[in-house]
Amino acid sequence: MSAPNKSYDPVEVEALKPEEIERLRDEAIAAFAAATDLDALHEAKVAHTGDRSPLALANREIGALPPAAKADAGKRVGAARGAVNKALAERRVALEAERDARVLVEEAVDVTLPYDRAPRGGRHPLTTFAERLMDVFTAMGYSVAEGPEVEAEWLNFDALNMGPDHPARSTQDTFFLKDADSVVLRTHTSGVQIRSLLAAAEPPVYVICPGRVFRSDELDATHTPVFNQVELLAVDEGLTMADLKGTLDHMVASLFGEGISTRLRPNYFPFTEPSAEMDMVCFVCRGESVGNPDRPCRTCSSEGWIELGGCGMVNPRVLVACGIDPNKYSGFAFGFGIERMLMFRHNVEDMRDIVEGDVRFTLPFGMEI
Amino acid sequence: MRVPLSWLREYVDLPTGETGRDIQAKLIRAGLEVEGVEQLGADLKGPLVVGQVLAIEELTEFKKPIRYCQVDVGDANGTGEPQNIVCGARNFAVGDKVVVVLPGAVLPGPFPIAARATYGKTSEGMICSARELGMGDEHDGIIVLPPEYEPGTDAIELLELVDEVLDIAVTADRGYCLSLRGVAREMAIAYGLPLRDPALIDVPPANSYGPLVKVEDPAACDRFVARSVVGVDPAAKSPIWMQRRIQKAGMRPISLAVDITNYVMLEMGQPLHAYDRHRIDGAITVRRATAGEKLRTLDGVERTLDNEDLLICDNSGPIGIAGVMGGAGTEIADAVVDPETGEVNGTTEIVIEAAHFAPVSIARSARRHKLPSEAAKRFERGVDPEATKAAAQRAVDLLVLVAGGTAEAGVTDVVAPRPVHSISIAADLPDRVAGQEYGRETVVRRLQEVGCTVVGTDVLVVTPPTWRPDLTDPNDLCEEVIRLEGYENLPSTLPNVPAGRGLTDAQRLRRRIGVALASAGQVEVQNYPFIGEAVLDGLGIEAGDPRRVTVQLANPISHEEPSLRTTLLPGLLGALHRNVGRGSTDVALFELGRVFRVDGTAETLYRAPRLPVDRRPTEDEIAQLDAALPRQPYRVGAVFAGSRDPQGWWGKAQAWTWADAVEAARTVADAAGVELTVRQDQHTPWHPGRCAGLYVGEQLVGHAGELHPRAIKALNLPERTCAMELDLDLLTAGGAAKAEGPKISTFPVATQDVALIVDDAVKAADVESALRTGAGELLESLRLFDVYRGESVGEGKKSLAYALRFRAADRTLTADEASAARESAVAEAATRVGATLRG
Repeated sequence: MSAPNKSYDPVEVEALKPEEIERLRDEAIAAFAAATDLDALHEAKVAHTGDRSPLALANREIGALPPAAKADAGKRVGAARGAVNKALAERRVALEAERDARVLVEEAVDVTLPYDRAPRGGRHPLTTFAERLMDVFTAMGYSVAEGPEVEAEWLNFDALNMGPDHPARSTQDTFFLKDADSVVLRTHTSGVQIRSLLAAAEPPVYVICPGRVFRSDELDATHTPVFNQVELLAVDEGLTMADLKGTLDHMVASLFGEGISTRLRPNYFPFTEPSAEMDMVCFVCRGESVGNPDRPCRTCSSEGWIELGGCGMVNPRVLVACGIDPNKYSGFAFGFGIERMLMFRHNVEDMRDIVEGDVRFTLPFGMEI
Repeated sequence: MRVPLSWLREYVDLPTGETGRDIQAKLIRAGLEVEGVEQLGADLKGPLVVGQVLAIEELTEFKKPIRYCQVDVGDANGTGEPQNIVCGARNFAVGDKVVVVLPGAVLPGPFPIAARATYGKTSEGMICSARELGMGDEHDGIIVLPPEYEPGTDAIELLELVDEVLDIAVTADRGYCLSLRGVAREMAIAYGLPLRDPALIDVPPANSYGPLVKVEDPAACDRFVARSVVGVDPAAKSPIWMQRRIQKAGMRPISLAVDITNYVMLEMGQPLHAYDRHRIDGAITVRRATAGEKLRTLDGVERTLDNEDLLICDNSGPIGIAGVMGGAGTEIADAVVDPETGEVNGTTEIVIEAAHFAPVSIARSARRHKLPSEAAKRFERGVDPEATKAAAQRAVDLLVLVAGGTAEAGVTDVVAPRPVHSISIAADLPDRVAGQEYGRETVVRRLQEVGCTVVGTDVLVVTPPTWRPDLTDPNDLCEEVIRLEGYENLPSTLPNVPAGRGLTDAQRLRRRIGVALASAGQVEVQNYPFIGEAVLDGLGIEAGDPRRVTVQLANPISHEEPSLRTTLLPGLLGALHRNVGRGSTDVALFELGRVFRVDGTAETLYRAPRLPVDRRPTEDEIAQLDAALPRQPYRVGAVFAGSRDPQGWWGKAQAWTWADAVEAARTVADAAGVELTVRQDQHTPWHPGRCAGLYVGEQLVGHAGELHPRAIKALNLPERTCAMELDLDLLTAGGAAKAEGPKISTFPVATQDVALIVDDAVKAADVESALRTGAGELLESLRLFDVYRGESVGEGKKSLAYALRFRAADRTLTADEASAARESAVAEAATRVGATLRG
């Protein structure tokens, strides 16, 4: 506090008394503090910092003071107004923060509300599984070949060394067209293999043939008259059964995991010679359920092996029927049903679920398997 | 083929410890599909003994007659006293020998036996039937044994109740394995042990005084051996050992003569036939049937014969279908006991036939008459023609041995010359086929093991044995070597596949379509392609519509659905119906698949040439094969019912509508990179006012929209079911447009909205097309954002509101430029569709 000012007339300039200015300052600060929302603060602001507020009026009185007193009074009023404005700004920040917090709370939603608006779609596992197989073989360099489902018998049977008296060529197994001569619903995709050989001017031919095939069976839990097959054909110089085995091993390792391999057992098919039945190591128990009744395996019935399908070296008679020199070229082939593989790979228990188109079956498989 | 191990061991001295499972594993490796090993009598426990019935007391106070018997079981019960047994069967008499199970024993089931009170008596065991002992399914009373066995003799051994039986699925090429002889040969090779060949028996040479046989078709019957036995005791029964072996092999014992022919067939693989000589009239003749001839076969069925059937005849006509089934007229007579004298009357003179018939002829007859007999099964797969004489001799020997007959000296053997078939193969061919080095010595040894004669060094001249007609080609011989060396020992290598090009455009497109439609909320289905008239009627497809011209099956699964689909809709709607019926009421399905279309009436359709297989068909012949086939284009279809957007906390449900069906078509076209235009159309089975024709340029490629209410009703579908179907081949015929990299302008966009009033009948597509043309090249995009009908636009009118966005590549557009473009657009719309600006 400064010493008393001799030239100062406290009677005429009541408002500039130091005590008065301090009081006005404190009143303003108290009013801001008392404002509980931004509207009240605005009112307090007008009252205590507006043009007609006591401090503003006091400020105007400064001009009337003698020069010697002006600086002192100006300094005191300025300090008081500064403190008031600071208090106002601080209070505003605080009240705005309060308001914002309140609004955000009010806007809160239940984010656990279910939002099942968009219809869910899915691809059929037979399609995606076939695609997966095709990817394995296209990565190895094979092409994917396709052909008609209504096929000439020569392409479906004769060229495959299945002569006119082959038992498969009966109505027990094959759908024949009415009033037709030598046209059937294909019983396997092997006709596509023949078409591939006929289309190639000269081997090598490396193709994989997926597609729908038809056999005159009734639909039940394990059979369907319409099913999907994948067949493979490789014809080149010097191909061997060891190459067939290696190709099968690569396929099952790709689809079922490292360490899963195949075994071949002798069998008979007219279109291959030598022929074999192919099994793969059970991908679930890896053979550990065999002779181990405490750990039975449903997938392989505790056999340790799962039957995949037939295979073998292309019968040289098939090559001859396609105009390919069997002394120069050899080949291997295999084929299996996709439904069956899907059933054991994904624990599908009833064939009917695969063919009936129930969306509850298809949806869990998503876009790829 | 069921093979009892006890029988098999007669031909190969297997190590005694080898179990059925061990043998199964060995034979599987050698290529026999041994599907299982049946353990006979595994849970059987004695005492099970021969008993002699001493006394029978008939108990009559019960619902059925019951016998209380005293049975002598020797010392088997420890006391030597008769055993008291209650029995419900009645086919035995005092003095008969029966099989008795004593308390403490366990019968198959397992079924433990104890003394128990029944019918007011205590039964100390049971008198057994064949079924109770697990011998067979026949249940005509208890077993009555021949009289020669002593009471107390162990019946488990006597009836050979404990055994293992291999169940082998014989593949079409291995006919010889439909016999003990064949399986024993494989087993001998697998174990490296010698084989006692049952066909190596002494046979007298042929002479001229055997039964008279004439073969008129030597190509179909290249061997016919006939023998005769006289003085056969008609009362003689098959010995237990023979019956048991026949039972274990899966056949039924019938009568001595028939059992002997079956036994020898099982043993040697040679089907035999036994005739009652008194019933044969004159010479036995082998000839083809004349159409319409009739024969009553052994099964009692009168059959009308085909002129391809090969017959066994006598002067009276057909007496058998060769190799398939004999006739009833020359059957061995049932033994009949004369009630006056007690004498047994029946067949006493038997002629045995052991012939060899052409496989194809037998196969066709068996299929034609639906008679897959044991004989036909073997002849079809190939029988050893050189075993005929041995088999006939074996049957004669057995008739002499067990039926008291006398073999006649006459031996008929009609032989047509058969060319010897030899195969030349390079000695290293098996190595090259396998990809593994076996060496010449191994190759020769393995071929000799299967019975081949092998000569030569670098090139081997191989003559297969007569029981292996399947060995015709070099690769057949390779398989023999490789399988015996073990498929499991083949190395695993990968070929050098030339670099590939991946999937074709069409294959990639189908994947993209599948992903796009599934991402849009549709579920893929794969439906059967079979349809019937009913669904086409339901859809309202009229006669004359190309979808009515179907490919038809001769032998459909269901006569309701004998045709192949001409459209994907029947299958899709069927699946939709099934889903809705199962409670999935909001459903969108799609399918990618082929349909089958018949265009025109080409003579070549369904007439595929039968081409030879000893050469490549000519290009012309390949074209003929293709010309026989209907067109099989790929299509994509989709069906929709219920809600696309269900009711929820966000608001009301939105149904799948015609617009979603059209959008699905656009989704497919986008995936294909093809611009699809939509035109109002009318096409069954769509709603006539809600059907979009889908075009690529001027080519119609499919339809989409809401289905006709009549079709919905007829097929029992949810109201307002919608559908889309597109021909993928047509859609992509012009190829996909190659995407050009767009030039991105960074100048600001000028947006102008315009509302146009047009007649209600004016199509939005036409308005849009006019606006685009009029707006010129400054137009970047155009979007319809509102359609309004109401008083303010007048009756029969509608207002279409568009947002137009203009932008230039090289400058900021002025307001005047944008307005000028907008006015030009409006002017074009006014000219083309009579549009006026909404005030």
